[in-house]
Amino acid sequence: MRAAQLRRLVWPLLVLAGLLVANLVATPGFFEVRIQGGRLYGSLIDILHFGAPLLLISLGMTLVIALRGIDLSVGAVVAVSGALACTIIASSADPGSVQTAAIAVAVALGASALLGLWNGFLVAVLQIQPIVATLILMVAGRGVAQLITGGQITTVNSEPYRQIAAGSLATVPVTVLLAAATVLLMWLLVRRTALGLLIEAIGGNAEAGRLAGIRATGLTVAAYTFCGLCAGLAGIIISANTGSADGNNAGLWIELDAILAVVIGGTLLTGGRFSIVGTVLGALIVQTLSTTVYTMGVPPESAQVFKALVVFLVCLLQSPRFRAQLVAPFRRGKTSHEPPAPSEPPPQDEESDVSPTGTSAGAPDRREVQR
Amino acid sequence: MDIAAEPAVHMSGIVKEFPGIRALDGAGLRLNPGEAHALLGENGAGKSTLIKVLTGVHRPDAGHISIAGNPTDIAGPLDAERNGIATVYQEVNLCPNLSVAENVLLGREPRGLLGIASRRMNRRAAELAAEMELDLDVTRALGEYPIAVQQLVSILRAIDLDARVLVLDEPTSSLDRGEVRMLFDLVERLRSRGVAILFVTHFLDQVYELCQRMTVLRNGHLVGEFTTAELGQRELIGHMLGEQAGELERLEESTHVDGPPQDTAPLLRARELGRSGAIEPYDLDVAQGQTVGLAGLLGSGRTEAARLLFGADRPETGTVEVDGRPVTPRTPRAAIAAGLAYCSEDRKAEGLVAGLSVADNLLLAMQAARGWMRPISAKARSELVEHYIAALRIRPAAPETPVGTLSGGNQQKVLLGRWLIMQPRLLILDEPTRGIDVGAKAEVQRLVALQSQEGTAVLFISSELEEVLRLSHTVVVLRDRRVVNTLDNTASLDVDRVLAEIAEGGPR
Repeated sequence: MRAAQLRRLVWPLLVLAGLLVANLVATPGFFEVRIQGGRLYGSLIDILHFGAPLLLISLGMTLVIALRGIDLSVGAVVAVSGALACTIIASSADPGSVQTAAIAVAVALGASALLGLWNGFLVAVLQIQPIVATLILMVAGRGVAQLITGGQITTVNSEPYRQIAAGSLATVPVTVLLAAATVLLMWLLVRRTALGLLIEAIGGNAEAGRLAGIRATGLTVAAYTFCGLCAGLAGIIISANTGSADGNNAGLWIELDAILAVVIGGTLLTGGRFSIVGTVLGALIVQTLSTTVYTMGVPPESAQVFKALVVFLVCLLQSPRFRAQLVAPFRRGKTSHEPPAPSEPPPQDEESDVSPTGTSAGAPDRREVQR
Repeated sequence: MDIAAEPAVHMSGIVKEFPGIRALDGAGLRLNPGEAHALLGENGAGKSTLIKVLTGVHRPDAGHISIAGNPTDIAGPLDAERNGIATVYQEVNLCPNLSVAENVLLGREPRGLLGIASRRMNRRAAELAAEMELDLDVTRALGEYPIAVQQLVSILRAIDLDARVLVLDEPTSSLDRGEVRMLFDLVERLRSRGVAILFVTHFLDQVYELCQRMTVLRNGHLVGEFTTAELGQRELIGHMLGEQAGELERLEESTHVDGPPQDTAPLLRARELGRSGAIEPYDLDVAQGQTVGLAGLLGSGRTEAARLLFGADRPETGTVEVDGRPVTPRTPRAAIAAGLAYCSEDRKAEGLVAGLSVADNLLLAMQAARGWMRPISAKARSELVEHYIAALRIRPAAPETPVGTLSGGNQQKVLLGRWLIMQPRLLILDEPTRGIDVGAKAEVQRLVALQSQEGTAVLFISSELEEVLRLSHTVVVLRDRRVVNTLDNTASLDVDRVLAEIAEGGPR
């Protein structure tokens, strides 16, 4: 299985490497990293630094998608979290103190977890379709953020809060450390316990999981709560970065980038198996793409089209059918006496040869695992 | 012009390779107009692949196909339809949300000025149904009808296509006896119109009931063509299995149970357990080491009775005691904690998680019972998995293979293994041998007998009465969602007696 898992990561890795090399060609100094004022700087560091919020949200989204769900509300949670933190700081008597910043962060994270819990409750207990259930908060959340900030962009002047985004520890930006710590924590929580297996079982076949004695409700609520918490942390980083809370635009459309990152990372939208490393790669690819648009000087009006093209290419590369077409001419040339490479899976299951090959864009090739 | 001399379909020397596997190696088939012909072989013999070559799903790497005497290259499923070949699959592949008429005429809807002329479409579909003596409201959604009727509808579709060849791929595996009768009547009517029927099934009795000739495949080779009149079931199984046939007979003899065990206190005692619309309140006692068989037609409430015991559905009335302690199972989790285990009849939808590995599927129930905080250690995991793969002879013996790629019989063994690992006190098996090949079937039966000898109580559900009688100490007969009788499996009890009970036993 390890080999098969690694193989699933090959394409995202190649894409990421390709993007970085393309950048290096366009901007020779792209790989340069320098230390300035006790903090690392450079394009690569920028990708990690600015990609941290997306990565955090993608991690939460991975669990939700593995459970055959989706969370459209993460962008709204980003806005609520930032709005809460900034409003608390701005309205406190001592906005510059560490204590105030700590309280603001704690309240914002707590509220985000509660919002995630609400999503989980709608999905797992009331059995509302995830896309509809989280759409509610996607719309309502922005309104709540507006109410909190009073419709204004709330700016704060708190050095401790700013340090969350601008600070560094042993030259590494705090944002990068936060993201890395979350990845590690999540990996330990999910892969060192049986949580990952149970999630994959419920996501792969909910009824089979129930009959095997898995408590799906609790797991699902926990996953949405975790997703909310991740979005909350991302919201704090985003607002700390600008020193302001913008209920309208903070985290706008980030849910779509996160879903994209998860899918590029090889987790199927149809639920079941997921890959944390894949999601990390996916998030880095999406972020690198955004950075590339700037460094390559793609005009802003065509930036979105450029991004879409690259994403399309990634999805093509992940499509088993397309890949078979791509390599077929080479294979035929090498072994001319062999029959052409078939595009069907081998008939392992006699009764129903309807192979459950994923149809979503990012479907990793199940056939690879078979061999 | 000699039509009768030309076979409707003649396939010869068909070779089809997949990476690593030569699925077909010189397979062939000769199908005459107006005959019902069975295609037989174990799982993995190449039946499905051969059918897929015929229906255009796969292109053969070598071989000849001629249809009504003309060499034909079947380019795809549509091309097969154009050549008059229609297929009815085990899992109905129509649209349950569309009406019966729309399904019958999908893609060939009569058109009027404003798109589809629905009145004409409904009339045409109703005519077809009437012609085949089916009582259907063609305007109702297909999904409202039972699977059996849906299958008949897909045959109607084939008739409207004016198919010359009708391929039936395991059409009867989810039908009860009455429904099978309906299907066979329809097939007979088609046959009398000169349609060639190709019938793939695991039920050999049905082959002898319906077919005149049969083709046997083994390991992708053509073993031979036989007529049902001259080849008996024993010899047929011998051809299907090759040298393994002797072993099967031995297994069958060793798994036969003689009578009920000595009187022991009941392990499980259910009283007045029921749920409206599923099953009338029933009583059930199962002792340690006792196997109780549930016999009845599909839809008689066998599965529903088992699901209530396990908490898969919530009972509305009644109580369950295990070892004299009341446990009213409201969830599967509670039932598992009380020592129950349930292998669902639908292993794909309710049993296995296709994307997860054999090992993960084997350990799923155990891990669920332990909770997420206490993962099974890598050492215990590999020991357990290796032990059960060997004990159940799961093939391939690769713990990390996704379970969805295994054959039906091996999938069933994985599901069985999941519950054996739990060492349950009562093992509920719902159709554990359905849709699996003869060899795997004998092995599953052997395992069930072994469990019972080791003291596990077993509740055994099967449509095959021979199997129920072979394994059970006691047979509980159900009809119309109610328990009608409980019979001790003594020497005098035979299939006919049980059939009589199913037909008219107990209170009406």
